[in-house]
Amino acid sequence: MEKLILRRVDRQNEEMILNFGPQHPSTHGVINFLVETDGEVLKRATPDVGYLHRSIEKIGELVGYPGFMPYTDRVDYVAAMFANEGYAIAVEKLLKLEVPPRAQWLRAISCELCRIASHLVSVGTMVMDIGAFTPMLHGIRERETINDLIEALCGARLTYNYHRIGGVAFDLPEGWRDKVLAFLDHFDKFLVEYDRLISFNEIYVKRLANVAVIPGPMAVNYGLVGPNLRGSGVDWDVRRDMPYGAYPNFQFKVPVGKGYFGVSGDSFDRYYVRCLEMAESSKIVRQALESLPEGEITAKVPRNIKPEAGEALSRVESARGEMAYYVVSDGTNKAYRVRVRTGSFTAMSVIEDISPGLMVADLVALISSLDVVAPEIDR
Amino acid sequence: MTARTMDPGVGGDVTLLHTSQLDNLINLARASSLYYLTFGLACCGIELMQTGGPRADVMRFGAIPRASPRQADFMIVAGTLTYKMAERARLLYHQMPDPKYVISMGSCSNCGGLFQLGYSVCKGVDKVIPVDVYVPGCPPRPEALTEGLLRLQEIVRSEPWSTKRRPQPERPEIA
Amino acid sequence: MTTRSTHEIHERLLAKFGDAVGPLSEPKIDPFAVVKRERIVEICEFLKTEPGLEFDFLEDLTAIDWPKRNVIEVVYHLLSYTHRHTLVLKVELDRASPSIPTVEGVWKTANWFEREVYDLFGVTFTGHPDLRRIMLPDDWIGHPLLKDYQEAGGWHGISNERENPLVELKRLDDAKRAEAAAAAPQPDPTAKA
Repeated sequence: MEKLILRRVDRQNEEMILNFGPQHPSTHGVINFLVETDGEVLKRATPDVGYLHRSIEKIGELVGYPGFMPYTDRVDYVAAMFANEGYAIAVEKLLKLEVPPRAQWLRAISCELCRIASHLVSVGTMVMDIGAFTPMLHGIRERETINDLIEALCGARLTYNYHRIGGVAFDLPEGWRDKVLAFLDHFDKFLVEYDRLISFNEIYVKRLANVAVIPGPMAVNYGLVGPNLRGSGVDWDVRRDMPYGAYPNFQFKVPVGKGYFGVSGDSFDRYYVRCLEMAESSKIVRQALESLPEGEITAKVPRNIKPEAGEALSRVESARGEMAYYVVSDGTNKAYRVRVRTGSFTAMSVIEDISPGLMVADLVALISSLDVVAPEIDR
Repeated sequence: MTARTMDPGVGGDVTLLHTSQLDNLINLARASSLYYLTFGLACCGIELMQTGGPRADVMRFGAIPRASPRQADFMIVAGTLTYKMAERARLLYHQMPDPKYVISMGSCSNCGGLFQLGYSVCKGVDKVIPVDVYVPGCPPRPEALTEGLLRLQEIVRSEPWSTKRRPQPERPEIA
Repeated sequence: MTTRSTHEIHERLLAKFGDAVGPLSEPKIDPFAVVKRERIVEICEFLKTEPGLEFDFLEDLTAIDWPKRNVIEVVYHLLSYTHRHTLVLKVELDRASPSIPTVEGVWKTANWFEREVYDLFGVTFTGHPDLRRIMLPDDWIGHPLLKDYQEAGGWHGISNERENPLVELKRLDDAKRAEAAAAAPQPDPTAKA
């Protein structure tokens, strides 16, 4: 109702076209929005992307198969493990390699830790964009601990480069397992604390519930994936429905948006699905540590990787949804074409059609609830 | 001897001494309250965020993130600069008030880094704006960025603030 | 839910569209079928709406450049959430003037995918509502993912060359060494060896 009144009053006023970004703290990286507003109500917000187009797909054709692995880190720097894993799986498919079980378990452990770290940034910055600064610091604090754990595992805090074609780079360091379990014990309590701190805060809930609703069929039509898709009530998770790696061996739930405080598919659902997913990831890591098999951590990979001509597509469930690598080989030691299909790219395309009628401040809620990351859009 | 330096008359020595101390005082104040424009472009932006976060806590050195270039003393260019973004970077640099400084964070903004092979990546932010401190790393750890800030404070402390001007790159035409 | 094999789906396509659908590629890893350019929209609509197939999700749309065969391939990866089966379609276009009807009307997500292919490969999608560059600036010349793309050498006066830092470092190093040599005490020529 309030929105309608605002519109009527502002019709006599002028319309404005504003540039929102590319350098703006709430745009989650360098993205530009051309915002047409009528007072406080949006007429349309047109995303303009490509400010971080780093020619990663072209570089994939120039460097060899193993040489591309560090670049995959930079496709999604908030959750680099998944990008590593997707590329590794695609090339393994081309080479028809069998990855040893221990390596698959280690992949699952590292990926799920990474998912927690990524979602912590997502929910943290989302709260910050809405206007509360402190919860983000809580999120960053926990993320630092995960960074330490992953650093002990692979030596890097952000761009891990941990997965290799045929396995993983390092085995678990001594005492790591206990540290992870201790962290998870603490983290499960933290999630409850975080919910008490902000998730069910009345102002926060009212700010997000029923805002920027994306219904399920629309989400499918626009190709939304991952938490954004599940937030719209579509029950789909690559880990469960098209399983890869070690995932068939774990028991976990797939949280789906139910309209916790409003309609299914609103900004709060997308936010809260991520909170619930962190708890599930914590469960998966526990199970994986429990059942970790002994054995090799890499398959026998030829020194000069030269897959026979062909093409392969790999899907992994990244923190931002389904990530697909499409690798085409022409029989040489360099890929003929590397294509990365990312969740953020399609998530951006929905903004233009969802934005009409939103308030300006709700646009920020929409962007941060979609959890887009600039290099994943632009690559 | 004592009487001469204590002479309150129009002694050049005394005045000079005072001016130089004021310079130091002002520089101390400037160096300890350097506000930075967050210009997180890519991976380094996350480390920049964590540098401002609880553990590295760069705010204890007086560096506070600002979202607007008008309020910033220096700019941390954190991440890969593409050609499309390079013009915006130059525009933002010119919007900062003098005296202004630039920290280039990470290999990409130092020289293009990993992405030197790319067709759309600017090979170093110093092709567009002058850089004071280069922080190497891909991405640099928060400790490295803090070190970069301390180096910048050294530069700020050692220069006469009143004559702080530098050769300006060409201003872009703002439509 | 009935997951169908690629062969089964391909046979249904053959039955419906006849010679507009090529044979399934020999199954190396992921088999694909090449279809006729003119009927791509029809085929996509059929795949999306036909009961039992229902490919509701366009997973990926991209292109591959083959200068040797003088062909640009546009690749469609389809997936069905309802039935959990997948399909890969390809369309071969002439490299000189690549153009193909848009499938934006079938899946909305094709809008941005097609803009990306237009930007990086120069493929024109006829009937697309908003076909402009998406990644690169509007005044960029050329389509960089083509195999014969030549870099223009910078953009808007920003050079794309970077001098080797080792050259400058070596100069500094040499200068320092010369200085040190000059400062060092000269060995006394009169001293006995």
